[in-house]
Amino acid sequence: MIDLSDAFAALSDPTRRAILARLALGEVTVKELAEPFDMSQPAISKHLKVLEGAGLIARRIDGSSRPCRLAKEGVEAVDQWLAMMRKALDANFERLDVLLAEMQPQSAKRRRRP
Amino acid sequence: MSKLTLKIEGERYVVVTRRFAAPPALVYRAHVDPVVIQKWMLGPAGWSMPVCICEAKPKGRIRYEWSNGQGGGFFLTGEFLELVPPRRIVHVERMHLPDATPDNRIETRFEPDGEGTLMTMRMTLPDLETRTRMLSTGMEHGMEASYVRLEGIL
Repeated sequence: MIDLSDAFAALSDPTRRAILARLALGEVTVKELAEPFDMSQPAISKHLKVLEGAGLIARRIDGSSRPCRLAKEGVEAVDQWLAMMRKALDANFERLDVLLAEMQPQSAKRRRRP
Repeated sequence: MSKLTLKIEGERYVVVTRRFAAPPALVYRAHVDPVVIQKWMLGPAGWSMPVCICEAKPKGRIRYEWSNGQGGGFFLTGEFLELVPPRRIVHVERMHLPDATPDNRIETRFEPDGEGTLMTMRMTLPDLETRTRMLSTGMEHGMEASYVRLEGIL
């Protein structure tokens, strides 16, 4: 079960968002992540721990390294929630579109649709 | 293609933009006239706004009550700080779920855009924690204005 509060808290940090963007391209190790971010591996590991705790990434053991990848379930939960929020807002504004058309004087409406 | 954009800025801001095919004066009115507000600010299908108090003057009161028709509901209260018809509205609001959320200060601007209007809502939350909570409680309360743009992130 994904806790959306944890997920959004994890997403509030720009470095963690950048890490997710990188993981969208495929699985990577901590070492590979640390290089482009110009951060120490422990610092990266800290961010990964937050992301993992929020259910946004998953890690597996491969010898001495622990490559990480996006966790489908977590990303989909966030995605789904955003789609729902957009839908509620869109529904509001679409209703407003119809009202605005009704509120406009006829002459203005004619001008708008030559 | 959606006309709506949602994004988070810094730690405390949420910015929403939307275009409308009507002049600023009308879009402005739709945000301050309770009779009009009650017809559109409803959120997901099935919800209604049985109570809509909107005193469009400085220090004027705002109170919107929503109901899902099945005994479920919640309300929002707020105050107007500044009104510059038809260009700008500044108000504060809080949701009651039933405990009051921290104040959300919202500046709404209406700018002419061709024959229509570009509306920009800029919300300022007290801190990152409040914004995170606002963004993450929206699911149970689909009405709550809550915005993040994931394009470019995931």
